Amino acid sequence: MSDIQNLDAHGHDAHHHDDTDITVLGFWTYIMSDLILFSSLFVAFAVLMTHSAEGPTAPEVFGDTLGFVMVETFLLLVSSFTFGMAMLAQHKQKKSQVLSWLALTFVLGAGFIGMEVYEFNHLIHIGHGPTVSAFLSSYFSLVGTHGLHVTAGLIWMLVLSYQISTQGLTLPNVRRLACLSIFWHFLDIVWICVFSVVYLLGAIG
Amino acid sequence: MSHHEHTTAAGASHGSTKQYVIGLIISIILTIIPFWMVMDGGFERQPLILTVVITAIAQVLVQLVFFLHLNTSSEQRWNLIAFIYTILTIAILIIGSIWVMDYLHYFMM
Repeated sequence: MSDIQNLDAHGHDAHHHDDTDITVLGFWTYIMSDLILFSSLFVAFAVLMTHSAEGPTAPEVFGDTLGFVMVETFLLLVSSFTFGMAMLAQHKQKKSQVLSWLALTFVLGAGFIGMEVYEFNHLIHIGHGPTVSAFLSSYFSLVGTHGLHVTAGLIWMLVLSYQISTQGLTLPNVRRLACLSIFWHFLDIVWICVFSVVYLLGAIG
Repeated sequence: MSHHEHTTAAGASHGSTKQYVIGLIISIILTIIPFWMVMDGGFERQPLILTVVITAIAQVLVQLVFFLHLNTSSEQRWNLIAFIYTILTIAILIIGSIWVMDYLHYFMM
């Protein structure tokens, strides 16, 4: 990408030989393809939402879980914020702060996954499992795929925290942190669409 | 190489604490409004759906700008072009699918 415009406010010449920018752009491209994947699952849900067969309808399933989902939403939203704080600490080269913010982000993300697993378990337990209707199949596919992404992000966060704590904020680690930050922020953005389309529009019916 | 701390995260724009706090506060507000309106149960269906859709789009835009620092600066141009192209693809996919399936539903009645 153009070196002329890369001269930043700190006045350093950007003719460095690191491939962070191009790696991050490549990772960004992966995220774009991931968004296409999610949009396919959203389409499936939108089309099948009313196909509840003999099973419960969307308002019946989501009507009284909204408070629970709102707490989940805030966990993920605040974790997106704390990851931003980790990025700012990284720009200041504060290794211990980066690790603390990452740890907090991990706890919030794990709380989100814990609540989601609880909710899935509860739904299956009361007979609203994915095999009941096309509506519930598409619901579990969409929300489950998002949950798997968040789980993958949590594992990545653990590995990267270990790498940063042993190797410090080296160039490869900073690059990995930049990629994970994009991944994590986009998971929150996808979740906005999930809670709006699935839970809120689902509860409205 | 020695100045790598200033040249990371796809360009120079890496935000500030203030930006993240503003983004967080607006996001919280844009989450509470639709949840509260749906949970309250006292609103008409149409304005309710409209509110949910508008606050969702607004919150996505807020997070793109305040958390991902997506803007029109030159370092971000390719990110932005890729993103806009993705949105176009998603729009065709979603609108097209729902359109086709609605017609199918209509003719099957």
